[in-house]
Amino acid sequence: MTDRLGLTPSQTVGPFLSLGLPWPDGADVVDDDTPDAIRIGGIVFDGAGEPVFDAVVETWQADPSGGFDHPDSPTGTTFRGFGRCPTDGDGHWEVRTLKPGPVDGQAPHVDVSVFARGLLDRVVTRIYFPDEADANAADPVLATVPAERRATLVAVDTGLGDLRFDIRLQGEGETVFFTV
Amino acid sequence: MTRFPPPPDGTHPPLGFAGYRSTTLRAPSQPPVVLAHRLTEVTGPLLGADRVGPTDHDLTSQHAGEPIGQRIVVSGRVLDSDGRPVPDTLVEIWQANAAGRYAHARDNWPAPLDPNFTGGGRVMTDSSGTYSFTTIRPGAYPWDNHHNAWRPAHIHFSLFGTSFTQRLVTQMYFPDDPLFGQDPIFNSVPDAAARQRMVSRFDLAATRAEWALAFTWDIVLRGREQTPFEEPHDD
Repeated sequence: MTDRLGLTPSQTVGPFLSLGLPWPDGADVVDDDTPDAIRIGGIVFDGAGEPVFDAVVETWQADPSGGFDHPDSPTGTTFRGFGRCPTDGDGHWEVRTLKPGPVDGQAPHVDVSVFARGLLDRVVTRIYFPDEADANAADPVLATVPAERRATLVAVDTGLGDLRFDIRLQGEGETVFFTV
Repeated sequence: MTRFPPPPDGTHPPLGFAGYRSTTLRAPSQPPVVLAHRLTEVTGPLLGADRVGPTDHDLTSQHAGEPIGQRIVVSGRVLDSDGRPVPDTLVEIWQANAAGRYAHARDNWPAPLDPNFTGGGRVMTDSSGTYSFTTIRPGAYPWDNHHNAWRPAHIHFSLFGTSFTQRLVTQMYFPDDPLFGQDPIFNSVPDAAARQRMVSRFDLAATRAEWALAFTWDIVLRGREQTPFEEPHDD
């Protein structure tokens, strides 16, 4: 029997992650001329309601058919599926992407990691879509979330086709975070 | 479906850690909800060599002149906890310069900036999971967490592995740093043995004669649960 190796622990990204993590096209999961491209973004807030200006938000999601560019995905795709956007001075982040399809009996969703100074490990959340009320009601992951907190995981349609997803790290309206 | 067993207790820091002041307003106050792994979690971005530029592996070669400081080679393997190498995976690093100053607008510690050092690097692991960077040894620096607080010298590392569950951002430290004892970030890892897994080792064999000292550091990401297909019968 092989002994399992001990895992390397997580540490905070610290305040200067922008020296190492941003990419010029990080927030462009798809190019700006892609048909049906949507923008999802919002503000990261701390427990005092102040914007978190030194975070990075990463997104991972399926393509509109529910496929991932990954060998474990039954449906293949060339869609990158990954977005990365550091927050700006106002705590704002935004990615340009396509709305994912349903995956594996789940409502369309985007997995999200947030890294920041003061976070010793990433926090993980999910974005669900406001025009998927029926699918959201049947989603097995949302079903595990206390009903009164589920709304923190559903993006808000701003009326311009763009979706707003604020992330509240702590306190009133705190976003639901997951252990993965 | 492939599953990734949870990390052993004590491996990762708690989000709320009183000694690290920045956690006070940023650590969530509600307990996390356990997310059973489904397809979105067992897959993840498989980023390619197109993410890596020609000088990204050598942080001493990114400007017209050479940076000041002790030239070092930092290398090792990226493995999963079953000991399997993670080939062709992106490794990203960032660090302070030899004086302990980051080339960042918000780092206002009055140590000198080095016009020949930015401090960001990227490489892909090879087919055996091995990565290697050439850089300069970063300096320690003070921060305002508590009276006379100093960060031990470290290099930030970002890793993807092959699944969303394996994503890891951490810091590599240098052996025998006298600043470990007073550093809340290092000591936020509850398990003392796990803490030591963040410390590289001086590697004489990897040192390049008349060129650079070498430090070796292996990184271990979460492994997949192995399917038990046979009971052990070693009687």
